[in-house]
Amino acid sequence: MSEQKSKSPKAKYLLRDILADHYKIAWDAKKRGEKVGWCASNFPQEICETLGVPVVYPENQAAAIAAKGAGQRMCEHSEANGYSNDICAYARISLAYMDLKECKELDMPQPDFMLCCNNICNQMIKWYENIAKELDIPMILIDIPYNTEFETSEDRVKYIRAQFDEAIVRLERITGKKFSRERFEEVMKISQESSKAWLEATEYTKYSPSPLNGFDLFNHMAVAVCARGKQEAADAFKLLAEEYEQSVKEGKSTYRGEEKHRILFEGIACWPYLRHKLTTLMEYNINMVGTVYAEAFGVIYNNVDEMMKAYSYVPNAISFERALKMRVDAVTKNNCEGAVIHTNRSCKQWSGFMYELERRLREETGIPTVTFDGDQADPRNFSKAQYDTRIQGLYEVMEANKRGGNL
Amino acid sequence: MSDIYTMGVDIGSTASKCIILENGKEIVGQSVISVGAGTTGPNRAMKECLEKADKTFEDIDSIVATGYGRNTLKLADKQMSELSCHAKGANLIFPKAQTLIDIGGQDAKALRISSNGRLMNFVMNDKCAAGTGRFLDVMSRVLEIDVSNLADTGEKWKNRIDISSTCTVFAESEVISHLSNEVDVCDIVAGIHRSVASRVAGLVKRVGVVPPVVMTGGVAQNSGVLKALEDELKVSIETTELAQLIGALGASLYAYELLKS
Repeated sequence: MSEQKSKSPKAKYLLRDILADHYKIAWDAKKRGEKVGWCASNFPQEICETLGVPVVYPENQAAAIAAKGAGQRMCEHSEANGYSNDICAYARISLAYMDLKECKELDMPQPDFMLCCNNICNQMIKWYENIAKELDIPMILIDIPYNTEFETSEDRVKYIRAQFDEAIVRLERITGKKFSRERFEEVMKISQESSKAWLEATEYTKYSPSPLNGFDLFNHMAVAVCARGKQEAADAFKLLAEEYEQSVKEGKSTYRGEEKHRILFEGIACWPYLRHKLTTLMEYNINMVGTVYAEAFGVIYNNVDEMMKAYSYVPNAISFERALKMRVDAVTKNNCEGAVIHTNRSCKQWSGFMYELERRLREETGIPTVTFDGDQADPRNFSKAQYDTRIQGLYEVMEANKRGGNL
Repeated sequence: MSDIYTMGVDIGSTASKCIILENGKEIVGQSVISVGAGTTGPNRAMKECLEKADKTFEDIDSIVATGYGRNTLKLADKQMSELSCHAKGANLIFPKAQTLIDIGGQDAKALRISSNGRLMNFVMNDKCAAGTGRFLDVMSRVLEIDVSNLADTGEKWKNRIDISSTCTVFAESEVISHLSNEVDVCDIVAGIHRSVASRVAGLVKRVGVVPPVVMTGGVAQNSGVLKALEDELKVSIETTELAQLIGALGASLYAYELLKS
């Protein structure tokens, strides 16, 4: 390692700075009088990046607010405004933020337009529509229908592509900015670079022991959501992959402790209790090495039509068999000995098929699985004691499996 | 070679159970105290158990704690989940058991176990504690019938009554409404048993109903719930007088294995 390289900042600090810059860019644009949007996590970011339109991500904000302990306060505000606590906690936090205009845990500019894409979530349509209606601002929707087939057919590609093209025209009108084909090609190239680097970094969990604590991915993925089209993100993810590569060679890991068991974590992170979940897993020397959640934000394509397909292969938009394959592959590739499945009260779409997915995952891989109740952002739907018992039970099964049947 | 004495302490949410085993085989002391984690229950259970076995802590070679309050028992040599302990304990009494239903104070579990008492797979109640022992406690209070008498009362039912609310509080309101309408209390109790059974049966079906099926935990002492579960699952279910102590029994067996290893 050269003297110069050893002094270079670590990838995690670069990623942290990219995230900070992402919000700063939006705030600065707002101050200059430019229009800023609120954007769904899997809306094709290539459009905004090409136009140079700053957007921020309510899902990222809600997750951060929940992780910093303000999920309940914000959810209760929305509930007092008449929103049911049966709806997504991200939505409740976001709707509260729209109303309050501030949250000391994480502020971001108010929106001038909404960009919605329902590949990751259908409820988001109503959440974004409500904000658009309340603030009297335009909303652009790219509808990606749930796909019952394994592959996305050409007629679906055409349907999505037409909306993609229309979204560009509408966004040009809203912002007054012009879409450049040259810039678009460049953005696609950078997006591929950064997506591939992100996926490459996440793949280092296949090593045993893993050079990373899988929970690191939950922290880093915010950049994969909000800055995929930026060269800085591509560079930071490449550095992250290099660091993991080096750690493998040196036998180092960001997982503090001895990795004795490897699991798949299924579902959205339970942000209010991230530390508790990690601490309990670490008590039993369990490392999370498989997750399809973090990988959901590595969108891979070679041309525009393939991009449409890639955005239709986002978890929650895909057929059950394809969703199952994603999990089976994650278990197989990363040598997972068990799976912890988050039954997430917020996300009916993700949790709805979970019992069947759990059954099939067991059938196809033979690993033990356990479900726990929780919520991605509302702290009222999680019990530490229940979670701990389930994790200990899973550990005891995995331990016995390792010892040929004896605990 | 001198005898080995091991202790298993199951600190549940509503009761503390303790067992002392001699040489990993014979129960020489047992106790159940009807208060659980965070109370004097665990200490009282251990004290009573030692007295019954005519032993002191000095005589005990190893202690394993289990149950909701397992991590609070600092003098334990090891803490284990009640899942593994119930599997282990049930296997001693029912060596052929493959499916285990354990309904405790706050949770209900369905377990698949191996021929050597190993936990292989489990499913637990989610979202709320309906269908658990606490549900029956609440109902017995409003019916003014001791929980130990529910089975005998429910056995005399004539007209089918369904308690449809999942939520314990709303189910209690349903019961109060039936009482107000002068519905026969035996019918109501039978409805309560069916309500518990239908909720727990869902868990058992997910884990797979593979006979022989065994029921453990405090609620197994209620033959009304057990019969309702048999009807719901269309399978014969065995239990034991030691049902409430199975977790503690499994823990004392693991304490013995701990010494042996």
